[in-house]
Amino acid sequence: MSDFVPPVADLSFVLRRLAGVESLTGLADFADVGLESLADLLSEAGRFAAEVVAPLNRVGDREGSRLVDGGVVTPTGFAKAWQQYVAAGWAAAPFEPQYGGGGMPWVVAMSIYEMVSGASTAWALCPMLTQGAIHLLTAHGDETQQSTWLPKLVPGEWTATMNLTEPQAGSDVGAVTTRAVPQADGSYRISGQKIFITYGDHDMTDNIVHLVLARTPGAPAGTRGISCFIVPKFVLDAQGRPGPRNAAWCISLEHKLGIHASPTCVMEFDEAEGYLIGEEHAGMRYMFTMMNAARLGVGVEGVGLGERALQQAEQFAAERRQGRAGGSAEPVAIVEHPDVRRMLLTMRALTEAARAICAMTGVAIDQAHHDPDPAQARRAQARADLLTPIAKAWSTDMGNEVAHLGIQVHGGYGFIEETGAAQHARDARITTIYEGTNGIQAIDLVSRKLPMGDGAVAAELYAEIEATVESLGAAGLAPESAALAGSLATLRAATAWLAEHRSTPDDVLAGATPFLRLAGFTVGGWLMGRALLALDGEDEAFAARKRWTASFFLTQLVPQADGLLPAITAGAAPLALP
Amino acid sequence: MNVIVCVKQIPDPALPGALDSSTNTLKRDGKLILDESDSYGVEMALQLVDKAGGGEVSLVSMAPNGEVSGLRTALAMGAAKAVLVSDPALQGSDALTTARVLAAAVGRIGGADLVIAATESSDGYTGTVPEQLAEVLGLPSVTFAKHVEIDGSTLKASRQTEDGYDEVECPLPALISVTAGVVEPRYPSFKGIMAAKSKPVDTVTAGDLGVDPVGWAGAGQQISDVAKAPERAAGEIVEDDGEGFAKIVSFLENLKVI
Ligand SMILES: Cc1cc2nc3c(=O)[nH]c(=O)nc-3n(C[C@H](O)[C@H](O)[C@H](O)COP(=O)(O)OP(=O)(O)OC[C@H]3O[C@@H](n4cnc5c(N)ncnc54)[C@H](O)[C@@H]3O)c2cc1C
Repeated sequence: MSDFVPPVADLSFVLRRLAGVESLTGLADFADVGLESLADLLSEAGRFAAEVVAPLNRVGDREGSRLVDGGVVTPTGFAKAWQQYVAAGWAAAPFEPQYGGGGMPWVVAMSIYEMVSGASTAWALCPMLTQGAIHLLTAHGDETQQSTWLPKLVPGEWTATMNLTEPQAGSDVGAVTTRAVPQADGSYRISGQKIFITYGDHDMTDNIVHLVLARTPGAPAGTRGISCFIVPKFVLDAQGRPGPRNAAWCISLEHKLGIHASPTCVMEFDEAEGYLIGEEHAGMRYMFTMMNAARLGVGVEGVGLGERALQQAEQFAAERRQGRAGGSAEPVAIVEHPDVRRMLLTMRALTEAARAICAMTGVAIDQAHHDPDPAQARRAQARADLLTPIAKAWSTDMGNEVAHLGIQVHGGYGFIEETGAAQHARDARITTIYEGTNGIQAIDLVSRKLPMGDGAVAAELYAEIEATVESLGAAGLAPESAALAGSLATLRAATAWLAEHRSTPDDVLAGATPFLRLAGFTVGGWLMGRALLALDGEDEAFAARKRWTASFFLTQLVPQADGLLPAITAGAAPLALP
Repeated sequence: MNVIVCVKQIPDPALPGALDSSTNTLKRDGKLILDESDSYGVEMALQLVDKAGGGEVSLVSMAPNGEVSGLRTALAMGAAKAVLVSDPALQGSDALTTARVLAAAVGRIGGADLVIAATESSDGYTGTVPEQLAEVLGLPSVTFAKHVEIDGSTLKASRQTEDGYDEVECPLPALISVTAGVVEPRYPSFKGIMAAKSKPVDTVTAGDLGVDPVGWAGAGQQISDVAKAPERAAGEIVEDDGEGFAKIVSFLENLKVI
């Protein structure tokens, strides 16, 4: 029996009642994919996550991936689980039916991903990175590339990697120096070193498709000179089967704080055969088309890990006896102590709010890609662009806070490795760093997303939040309404201050991270408020729990974010070295 | 070859269960899932039909409130159709009534070469329904089957015993009960889950089947008392001073497991 219970009921509620996933069936692309089976889909995917993936989490942490004779060996059970995942068709669920995919909306794929990555983040990263490559190839590969690679990648027969980072090119991807030299036959020779490449090598499939950012001779400096290449581990033979070994090798593995099972590779490309995707120098633009989907995926990892840490802490708190409460003669389970309850409720409320933000972002991404009405699609794209940095950064910041609270609930037993509480926090730590650090997300939010449409995109969201403030008031939920109103006023004030200081960018950048945090609490509060208003007809026990967490989130956590205004509006001067 | 599998839908064992204090039985009014014990029977049926090169797997289940969640899992694994008996009058049915109901449901589908059940359910553990069902159906019964082969119209099974297994044969049609772990149940595939929605589930009442529900009053069994399981005692910690193995051996000898 697994120690992970997939949060199917809450995911289903958030998808149906907040994100309105059923409305997606109105779009032609989703009309026939079978969204009416959503409940069965979530519960079977959850069972798979709990029974097949979750048991790998501890063993993966202990064993880690190892580099043996030039190849990466994944921990016991990883390869078998991958085969089962592929056989059951989960890998293919969100992709184009044309290549064997199930055509599911991304928001549904992300709900499944939450459960799989909550079960084992280190295992789940392999499908995650593959998804990014599939999106990029689907959008920008030529017909031959699509028909060559997608029928293998979509079902999960082969996996893929994203090779951006180099020692001098981290947040600043424009600094990559890997070279790509054109050959007479139209292919390229790729040479250079990439670092931190997730699942850059492994033993779970018989080929790996690397997407590599590199520079062609004479390319302009910076992001405008970057091109994107397909570099397979094994070059294909005439029949399309893996043939000769390409010169793309994992030459070492990093030793890490967490996600031990996920191989983080130093990749050496030594005149490896590669194929240009699209046009030269357009690589960064192509990356942007899949960026929202991938960043949302990392946000969802924060939710999954938070849920996992929460479940473990709740179970521990019900069992561990310590101290007396309410005049009891015997020691009580620590869950009886108000301070422990506060920790558990904070964990639960943060996780639920982050889940809701991610679902709203996911459904906006789906509408942006699939709404046939260009105006609607543009509107959805703007919403997705605005919410993505919040979904990525706030959800992972909260995932970390939740995992650390999980340790705290365990007391000393959280700090030792035996209980597993520490692993969740170690594994969560990477999520604020990769796929654009949370600092970079905050900068993206204040300097690119807030100014969209001259502030109209943000203003439209704020107006929707205001409508919920009013509905909460009308429903007799005065304290919740007042808390959300307060936070919205703070958010508007902060937004106005940033707009006024656009001419001094450092002042705006200095407030970026506290602004994102405020935005996360306000948007989270909006969605928890909407949840309070959408409980009619839900299971009574579920509704009671949702009222409990949503009211707590709104009245006790959201107001804390109001205190961020001075930090957002202080400008850069106080940060200057004395 | 056509196989009918009896599947029980039970409260999720991962969630805290509750007893109905008036009847001392498990509350079954929430969502029910496929009993894991039955997933082995479903898998075995799918494999046998696959090997035979034709035919289909059907399901019969008795559950309250028209519950189909567990049936959907088995349909998503690959079963073709199901008969669900759902009738408030059947509440409190004892094992024998359950067997009569299932027998009638098996008859409603008809044409079974083989009926498969689990040795016992994971929420009730009565463990008598398969044999009673065979008796009502007038079929030979092979219990605790751990390996099954079909040879023409003969069933060959290895039957788990306390110290090994018996090789038994019987003519088809027959009823077997299978133990957990005999096969590795597949996980429903994404496509299977999608397809399950449109597979037929024939929902009937006891009256439709011509079975007389006896309910609590006429049940041949009664739950006289329910007691809490004793709390687990603290384990014993053995310091390994180089002789730890001897202590483990004597511990296991005391338990009479070696
Ligand atoms: C486990 C792991 C897996 C990874 N997987 C992959 C992968 O599969 N593929 C891949 O290509 N990469 C991968 N990465 C790389 C990851 O995306 C980078 O580490 C990340 O982008 C940050 O780059 P950096 O480490 O060079 O940090 P830096 O860019 O040096 O950042 C250091 C700090 O400075 C801040 N900072 C940097 N620039 C600015 C700025 N302009 N303004 C304000 N603050 C700034 C950052 O926010 C951060 O706090 C992985 C990394 C790890 C650790």
